[in-house]
Amino acid sequence: MAQVTLRKVVKMYDEVQAVRGIDLDITDKEFIVLVGPSGCGKSTTLRMIAGLEEISGGDIAIGGDVVNDVPPKDRDIAMVFQNYALYPHMNVYENMSFGLKLKRTPKDEIERRVRQAAQILDITELLDRKPKQLSGGQRQRVAMGRAIVRDPKVFLFDEPLSNLDAKLRVQMRTEIKKVHQKVRTTTVYVTHDQVEAMTLADRVVVMNAGLIEQVGSPNDLYHSPITKFVAGFIGSPAMNFIPCHLEQAAGALRVRLSDTLSFPVPADRTSRYTAHVGKANLVLGLRPEHITETRPHVEPNQHDFENPIDVVEPMGMETLVYFTIAGSEVCGRVNPNAGATAEKPMKLRADLSNMHLIDDGTGKVL
Amino acid sequence: MANATIASPTATTISGRRYGSVSRDRRWALRWSYFFLVLFAIFFLTPPVYMFITSLKTSAEISAESNPWWVYSPTLANYIELLTQNTYLTFFRNSAIVAVLTVIITMAISVIAAFALARMKFWGSATLATGVFLTYLVPETLLFIPLFKMFAWFNETFDIQLMNHWWTLIILYPTLTVPFCTWIMIGYFASIPKELDEAALIDGATWIQTLTKIFIPVALPGIIAATIFCFTVAWAQFLYPLAFTTSTTELVLPVGIVTTLIKGDVFNWGQIMTGALLGAAPPLIIYAFLMDYYIAGLTAGATKG
Amino acid sequence: MADIAARGPVAIAGGRSSLHKLMQRKSTIAFLMALPLILLILTLVAYPAGYAVYLAMLNKGMTKFVGFGNFDFLFGRETFWMVVYQSCLFAITAVIFKAIIGFVVAHFVHNIPSKGQRKWRGMLLVPWVIPPAMSTLAWLWLFDPSYSAFNWILAGFGIDRIPWTGETGWARFSVILVNVWIGAPFFMIMYLAALKSVPEQLYEAASIDGATWWQRIWYVTLPMMRNIIAITALFSLIVTFANFDIVRVLTKGDPLNTTHVFATWAFRVGIESGDIPLGASVSLFMVPILAVAATFILRDITKRGSEV
Repeated sequence: MAQVTLRKVVKMYDEVQAVRGIDLDITDKEFIVLVGPSGCGKSTTLRMIAGLEEISGGDIAIGGDVVNDVPPKDRDIAMVFQNYALYPHMNVYENMSFGLKLKRTPKDEIERRVRQAAQILDITELLDRKPKQLSGGQRQRVAMGRAIVRDPKVFLFDEPLSNLDAKLRVQMRTEIKKVHQKVRTTTVYVTHDQVEAMTLADRVVVMNAGLIEQVGSPNDLYHSPITKFVAGFIGSPAMNFIPCHLEQAAGALRVRLSDTLSFPVPADRTSRYTAHVGKANLVLGLRPEHITETRPHVEPNQHDFENPIDVVEPMGMETLVYFTIAGSEVCGRVNPNAGATAEKPMKLRADLSNMHLIDDGTGKVL
Repeated sequence: MANATIASPTATTISGRRYGSVSRDRRWALRWSYFFLVLFAIFFLTPPVYMFITSLKTSAEISAESNPWWVYSPTLANYIELLTQNTYLTFFRNSAIVAVLTVIITMAISVIAAFALARMKFWGSATLATGVFLTYLVPETLLFIPLFKMFAWFNETFDIQLMNHWWTLIILYPTLTVPFCTWIMIGYFASIPKELDEAALIDGATWIQTLTKIFIPVALPGIIAATIFCFTVAWAQFLYPLAFTTSTTELVLPVGIVTTLIKGDVFNWGQIMTGALLGAAPPLIIYAFLMDYYIAGLTAGATKG
Repeated sequence: MADIAARGPVAIAGGRSSLHKLMQRKSTIAFLMALPLILLILTLVAYPAGYAVYLAMLNKGMTKFVGFGNFDFLFGRETFWMVVYQSCLFAITAVIFKAIIGFVVAHFVHNIPSKGQRKWRGMLLVPWVIPPAMSTLAWLWLFDPSYSAFNWILAGFGIDRIPWTGETGWARFSVILVNVWIGAPFFMIMYLAALKSVPEQLYEAASIDGATWWQRIWYVTLPMMRNIIAITALFSLIVTFANFDIVRVLTKGDPLNTTHVFATWAFRVGIESGDIPLGASVSLFMVPILAVAATFILRDITKRGSEV
């Protein structure tokens, strides 16, 4: 019974609302990632769950008990900080056992739990070292060890990987996932890195400006974002947004991007989109991987067009091409052998079966 | 053109010569630096060295016409005489007790207050932090007269004589040390990442435990620096003991040497220099062993905060 | 989940108040922890400072309120104006020389290979470490009218003996010299720390731009150190202006009161001659310049505080 529930949670700093009313149900053993740009309120939300920030309104419950007025130590949570917050004057063993010692846990029980956690994280041989003598990845493990030792109801991670270099980050990401699979503790994880969010989470919570934009599995968010913000935030390179309008021509619905370029809307979307014909502020959202070089075989809803290329970025397994449609920059992913050349026209193919139509006024995906 | 010159062998020699002149400049700069450093070192070290020279001389040699910068017949008589003399040992004992107690009281007050000001915040805590800093800028020369009068009033009112006791200085010295120590401890505590006390909070530590188990060990270099500062100030203070103590048994070193070893016009310079050198020894020894902390404390006042 | 919704509002009411109580308790504890400090500042610094103003307005026997009578009296005395002149001369000259010598020495130390720097720095700071009263005694002995070791050297060059502490001009020079000797190392340490914080790349960039060594100092070093230079000088101005030990031990204000500064004269008048109100009024004349310096320092500190 370690579900976490947030009901209309609000945080005010003076007159500014940092968190503007959040509802979230986190089920037992779930790995939830809060993701969003800096200042979106994700860290504040985590800190309110931890009890490090007072909540200005609403309720937070852990394991079914409302913990609004419970101090952090009694909430039965453990937290891993961005800078690890290891006590610099204590060795690894003391760092991990400090909380248990304060709770007057028997010595042999402490010993057993520290050894066990050290084994899970493979840091047994580091127990006598001081934090200063550890590498970034090792500190990260110790910080997690400190959390595991307490055997809490909930793990809270506050951007735990952002102080590591790129390679180590990928490695530790896998590590965190492994640990979660072993201990199965409910986890709330905050990051600004959408790749981290996608790879780790059972469910991702995308936040923006103090509100939840969307909650869903990584695939849900990627394939069916419900707002422009989520569509643009998840995925790298980001989704292309091209201003467009819908027109009804000879019974078929077409999305027009410029005077010379328009595509037919896929048949299964026609009924959904018909109401928006002629509306202003419409934007076509299309991920870069849905703009490719032309191929011999044509699937339904794929349409070829030609456009001069501005910039070519070879990535190895693929090549990114950037070009301009009616003033907006568009990115496509083409085969390295497709012969993309800067400042030369290129034949491209758009796959509209994965298109999104967005109302730029409300920011909602239609 | 650029390609041509790089390819030609003359260019290589030109760049080689240039490089040589840069390193020659460096060498000359280095020589001049050492030359002037030696000059300044002579300027800065002459008085203590001369104290030492004089301390090894007999009175006869001091008043002789011989070279004052040389000791012809070195003797430890001055040291032996002072260290077997009760008055000097009393000064030393008074100084030591006053300095140590001042350190203890100051550190107790300032570490606890700095923690409250840096981390816990309460109504008016920001103003108080500024006030602490301003207090540090108030010199003792502004306060000794009103304090003198206050102590006299205290005697008249409560019949407790604060004047002319060495322990009076323990009441006075913290006014000089507490503001500065609090100020630099606020700086040291503020530099400890906020996450560290949050981690402690989640681990279940109380505020007091956070202070004693986390902050004091982590800020230990700062505490050592503040302690050294505090000790040196208490050891060197001259005005308060001069104003508030007069009996030979109640004097501390600096005043003791100045007032008792200088008897009228008869200056026994051998003993005065020996006494002053021994009096300077404790801070010098601390400095020799803990130089980095000493310097950290020195620069902290202006660079932290 | 349902029971949360049901219990919610009740918990809110209870929660708000007890959390509030918790916060209040935290401030109370914090206040109690700072209380000794507050009491110390109030009783032994703030109160005496205010009391000094009151004392300065009493007559010698402290029986009558005389308003600005003491100040009037001081303004009419030649000695007072001499003390004003000497205090300003002493403080300003000494601070300027301390700053220059400190800057120059810091540069030389910064110039030499870093493994030797510690040793030199350690040696050059010695004057600052020795208690001023003790080191001034050494100077007093070096300046001794009959046995001056300096005069002995000068005699070797055929120069007449110099009355280091016996003549007004030389005595003023001597007290300033001793003050510079004690204080310059402090400037050296501060400037050295500041020099170390100037990024090496800036000098390299300046060299590539063709700057000569003193252009580098003028356009890179000095602007980067401006803050530290200013704040060190202001700190030192306060301490030097309020100096007591050096003048007291070296000249006691002699000859003919010409080397007295505010602090030593206040001691002479207030403690030794027993005219506490007059002594208090003398010492109060330090306040304006201290206040100005303190204001500038405080402005700098708060400015840096808000930048962080």
